[in-house]
Amino acid sequence: MTDIPGNASLQNAGYQRFGVMQHLVCLKGILIREGLRYLHQRERFISSLVRPLLWLFIFAAGFRQVLGVSIIPPYQTYVLYEVYITPGLCGMILLFSGMQSSLSMVYDREMGNMRTLLVSPFPRWFLLVSKLLAGVAVSIVQVYAFLFIAWFWGVKAAPAGYFLTMPALFLAGMMLGALGMLLSSMIKQLENFAGIMNFVIFPMYFASSALYPLWRVQEASPLLYKICLLNPFTYAVELVRFAFYGKIEWTSLAVVCGFTLVFIAGAIIAYDPSRGLVIKKQEGGNN
Amino acid sequence: MGPNNELKTIHAKALPDTNVPALELTSVSYFYGKRQALDDISFSIASGRFAVLLGLNGAGKTTLFSLISHLFATRYGRIHVFGNDVDRRSGDALRHLGIVFQARTLDLDLTIHQNLSYHASLHGIGSREANRRIHDLMLSIDMSDRLYEKARSLSGGQIRRVEIVRALLHKPSLLLLDEATVGLDIKSRATILRDIRKLVEEKGISVLWATHLIDEVNHADQVIVLNQGKLVANGTMHDVVKDAGSDTINEAFSRLTGIVSLNVGGRP
Repeated sequence: MTDIPGNASLQNAGYQRFGVMQHLVCLKGILIREGLRYLHQRERFISSLVRPLLWLFIFAAGFRQVLGVSIIPPYQTYVLYEVYITPGLCGMILLFSGMQSSLSMVYDREMGNMRTLLVSPFPRWFLLVSKLLAGVAVSIVQVYAFLFIAWFWGVKAAPAGYFLTMPALFLAGMMLGALGMLLSSMIKQLENFAGIMNFVIFPMYFASSALYPLWRVQEASPLLYKICLLNPFTYAVELVRFAFYGKIEWTSLAVVCGFTLVFIAGAIIAYDPSRGLVIKKQEGGNN
Repeated sequence: MGPNNELKTIHAKALPDTNVPALELTSVSYFYGKRQALDDISFSIASGRFAVLLGLNGAGKTTLFSLISHLFATRYGRIHVFGNDVDRRSGDALRHLGIVFQARTLDLDLTIHQNLSYHASLHGIGSREANRRIHDLMLSIDMSDRLYEKARSLSGGQIRRVEIVRALLHKPSLLLLDEATVGLDIKSRATILRDIRKLVEEKGISVLWATHLIDEVNHADQVIVLNQGKLVANGTMHDVVKDAGSDTINEAFSRLTGIVSLNVGGRP
């Protein structure tokens, strides 16, 4: 190392507090990194598209004649089953993407990359929210790629609906991403992530209004209906469903915002070294 | 007092005082559940010194680094980096720190430039300034031609050198290196040690270098020996050898840690 430029006066270099611009630089850096990682994982992009498309092309086609959908808000006429489950499939992308982000956080922690983030001098809450925003941005791109293909399959919304869905997707993505972040703090090893699939993703997805209207669930099982009502994913799907038609479902909006705040607060506490769960999970693992 | 004068005063107050220790630990203990990893550790490193933290595997070096870098909370004792309490003023303390972790932390799928840019952004350094620093620092280690290659294509030694460059990007005052030469060949180890020693001498950076390799102690201004979570020696190499009643640092380390014999390769 022949010369280290700029370090000559470092002992006398003053440190001023980070301003808005520095925070934006940090956020931009985290967004770019998450985007680059996503671009390097083409199979992740493809599988994130194939999964909902299989449900749309095969499952929905098969069940079109079995599951009737009556006129319920926001629909003003009978709709095909494909149309009904499309918001649920958008939710599925957000759900899987949120959990995949938490998987990448566990991976980063195991590989050590997470440390580079956590030793940044920016406040930890800011770093975690930035990482969350980056994950949501990536998942919204996936949702629109899916909607683009679904459009050719005849699942079409009014042009304005596609724009109005964006805030709903953002909020739902934040809630599910924050849940994933909170879960990642509780997972010690990458291998334990399979449990998340079985105990979080599938129950959340099936016990919701993603695949069938809640009135049908109520007819079949009042208990399951109550479980669906307690499931925040139900409200995320309904928020997106109404947004497609330019409407706001206020209860869903309130529930999604509330759970987003709770999950983010939980994740920030969990990643706080003085109170967090992450450190407790590392017992005996260091020298 | 006009606004400019006021700003100068604030700036002057923020200057790190070279009389303040670069690092100061006071009665630091740490537990993993019921197992005690660190037991009442106290020492300080003066500004501009190259200190070596020597200890066998499991001595508590990585735990100590995790506490200094605020990855773990300091539940017992206090840690100050240039006067900033790591737990109470973590942001200010972390801005002084450049850290090279024991595990490789470059993202192997990204290019070196992308890895370094990411780190710069985590310290609020804008892209123009970051590019200038990245270019200059990579030039200084004769690796500027590798800037747009994926980190995966680098050798272990080159990855380490890029990680050191990354740790220097935000111009830290204290550099922490945790077993930075583990797994490297003799030539790579010598190059890295030479680079770090040069940083201390020419740029006045303080360094805490954790290792279990005794031959790396030769470069140190200060030697701190940890054994099973306890501080068993602290001082210049001469003092440590003398206090242990030994003739060489190898012998002193052997006595202090209770190991029976040493091989000639520098490994205890």
